[in-house]
Amino acid sequence: MTNSIAEFEHSDAYFVIGSNTTEAHPIIALRLKRGVRFNGAKLVVADPREIPLTRYATLWLRHKPGSDAALLNGLMHVILKEGLEDNKFIKERTENLDALKKVLKKYTPAFTEKITGVPKEKLIEAARIIGAEDKVAFFYAMGITQHIVGTENVMSVANLAMLTGNVGRPSTGVNPLRGQSNVQGACDMGGLYNFYPGYQKVDVEANWEKFSKAWACETLSRKPGLSATAMVDAAVAGKLKALYVMGENPLLSDPDIGHTEKAFENLDFLVVQDIFMTETAAMADVVLPAASFVEKDGTFTNTERRVQLLRKVNEPVGESRVDWEIIADLSARMGRPMPYRDTSEIMDEIASVTPLYGGISHKRIEKEGLQWPCPDPKHPGTPYLHKGQFTRGKGHFVPVDYHPPAELPDKGYPFLLTTGRMLSHYHTGTMTRRVEGLNEICPEGFMEIHPSDARKLKITDGEEVRVASRRGEITVKSKVTRKVPPQVVYMNFHFAESAANRLTIAALDPLSGIAEAKVCAVKIEKLKPRKVRV
Amino acid sequence: MEAGRVFKITINGQAVEARADDTILKAAQREGIHIPTLCYHRQLSPYGGCRVCVVSVEGIPRLVASCTMPVTDGMQVRTDSEQIRKIRSTVVELILSNHPKDCMVCEQSGRCELQDLAYEFGLSHIRFKGEVSVHEIENQNPVLERDYNKCILCGRCVRMCDEIQGVGAVDFSKRGFRAKIATAYDGVLDCEFCGNCIGACPVGALTGKPSRFKGRPWEVRKVKTVCNYCGCGCSIMVNVKGGEVVRVTPVEDGGINEGMLCVKGKFGFEYINHEDRLKTPLVKKNGAFVEASWDEALDVVAANLGRIKKKYGSDSIGGLCSAKCSSEDNYLFQKFMRTAIGTNSVDHCARY
Repeated sequence: MTNSIAEFEHSDAYFVIGSNTTEAHPIIALRLKRGVRFNGAKLVVADPREIPLTRYATLWLRHKPGSDAALLNGLMHVILKEGLEDNKFIKERTENLDALKKVLKKYTPAFTEKITGVPKEKLIEAARIIGAEDKVAFFYAMGITQHIVGTENVMSVANLAMLTGNVGRPSTGVNPLRGQSNVQGACDMGGLYNFYPGYQKVDVEANWEKFSKAWACETLSRKPGLSATAMVDAAVAGKLKALYVMGENPLLSDPDIGHTEKAFENLDFLVVQDIFMTETAAMADVVLPAASFVEKDGTFTNTERRVQLLRKVNEPVGESRVDWEIIADLSARMGRPMPYRDTSEIMDEIASVTPLYGGISHKRIEKEGLQWPCPDPKHPGTPYLHKGQFTRGKGHFVPVDYHPPAELPDKGYPFLLTTGRMLSHYHTGTMTRRVEGLNEICPEGFMEIHPSDARKLKITDGEEVRVASRRGEITVKSKVTRKVPPQVVYMNFHFAESAANRLTIAALDPLSGIAEAKVCAVKIEKLKPRKVRV
Repeated sequence: MEAGRVFKITINGQAVEARADDTILKAAQREGIHIPTLCYHRQLSPYGGCRVCVVSVEGIPRLVASCTMPVTDGMQVRTDSEQIRKIRSTVVELILSNHPKDCMVCEQSGRCELQDLAYEFGLSHIRFKGEVSVHEIENQNPVLERDYNKCILCGRCVRMCDEIQGVGAVDFSKRGFRAKIATAYDGVLDCEFCGNCIGACPVGALTGKPSRFKGRPWEVRKVKTVCNYCGCGCSIMVNVKGGEVVRVTPVEDGGINEGMLCVKGKFGFEYINHEDRLKTPLVKKNGAFVEASWDEALDVVAANLGRIKKKYGSDSIGGLCSAKCSSEDNYLFQKFMRTAIGTNSVDHCARY
């Protein structure tokens, strides 16, 4: 996020696209709800599905799944046409608007309506809110990123924010809501195939030299590695032979699980380090028991870039060990000792090689977390980014055109499946499905289907149906609801026995490697009545 | 009212500077002057229902509720006198006359605001005998037990649910002696189950089911840490008794969540001590897992990774680190892959 959570109570308007904030980031949603209810802030929600936040929305734009870029372009078209852009900001802080304008030209409200299904009056009204209000905060999550055009969608949100001068000030900004407790930290730490810690590219010679020296290692690879999705393909092709998995469950979280299963079966050696026997661990050659978050020290970095201290509450259960200790032990056995005494020593090393974390130490964040960039020990942290200037200098408008999703419904697979998270379960359910109360709130997966479609298929609420895509099939209970529009069905991916990701497609965004988990085509069939033996 | 203007008032004869938008209670609290409260909650709008916080103001014939009374310039306030103590004590005594005396098994005992007030006023004997409300315990929901026999109608849960959570699942229903906090049509509670009403309840009317009879406030050890679910990064207080996590409570005033939690953060802790937790290394032999020592298991891993690296090269090995592990864990993981293995093929499910 460019901005901080606490700031949002003072925004004048919010634009939320592709984020079911109340369910996936409940505490951030509280700020938005309070802003709307007590401070008169306006809320524009763009989502194909009715989500809890639409109840509080000034305006709900129900665009077709995968039509985000067209919608965003349509909004910008209207803003420019009505002269609602922030000319001072554009002139002083940005470049390349003319190129963007060329693309925007054709996105008239009527043209945009054709692609997105959003009535032109609503589009204009939304553009007026975003264009006219002073402090507008933009929020997005995987609703716009899990597409083959995910990166372009994000750039498009950035275009809109820059066009309206909503970057570099409090209570505004481009704010991706990150889905997991330390997904920000894992990225910051270089848990990425193309970056060393702190987003320092692996294929830049100076970085290679820096890390070779810092780690006293002459055998660092100079070329980017494989992304998670590319590793799966490489394993299927027989090129990737071994995989070490720590605290991940790709056999439920990956798109097109059937493909991932093939990959894992093809591996020569698989080691999984986890707290439970997950679907992935069950396939491993060696399983290493890890400690849970209350059994370790360290830090998590939240979605607003705040590095916060994790404190050990309990001893690890049984013989399980803290992840970093297992890694250090294994590394020593492979000839590279890692003699750290504790996690604060590791953080000191992180700070020494990662400028973003340069001023961060466990001691400094004892009481309160610090937001990166925090380059030196005296730096107070950075509540919001891009004040006065962007990292690269001027903000560059990147023209983005609309491209349809990889797989749209057709005669054979007439429904569009979209997936997401729900409030009471988390990720692959390994934790939340072992909590009695949460299981009682939602014991099993379901598929939302519109009443008109249910009627046509003669499906009643709660009936089990077979759902199939070109990649796999599952049976799942149906939930007949108007939350989804006709011809669109929705599922959560938390449930192994009705795994939505058996159906999803691994069509990738070429830039980020993200898969289009938000759009694929499926067909739905009534289950044949069981034959009763007499 | 001019915002930002400073009023000079006196509290118990002491000169105090108050802000124009202060209530008497706020001005007093800032000076560290104790006024007992019950229906007041610092994060919610003032309600003025319980009258425990009454004070006397020069020129006003009756006592006023300090939680709702705005300050005015030159105001002279007394927070303590025999009359004030008597009235406060009587108010608490009246509440207690219709409140179960089961503190010995009550979850709230030890952090109950009513219990504290009864103690403050030395109310060992209740003079008022009369009809007592009888409500059925409502627990037809996954995580909350609502025992309205203990409810003192302070309305804190109602305001919490409305003003902070924005849900409005409960409200006052009926009148007078029959008044009760209830859902619409007194139906089964169906809400977001955030449990923030539990934190707001000053007594034991609202409790979290997973924590019942698992540990009293003075028996648990509390450690501040960060929630392990979504990326909000809420501060939480983990309550442990005998090595078991028994409750998660908010960190008052603390963190980006300002004491608020969601259903997962508040109630999603049972997995930590679940019997399914992996407790020993496992090595697959002939298709079945066999328990192994750490030495044995790590030697198998090191030998196999070494063998494959030698035979097929560093880039034939990949690593997936974790968005659920600490930054220190992830830093070492990528360092291990890049140095010990020699590949940049390290990634995690940041994209799912």
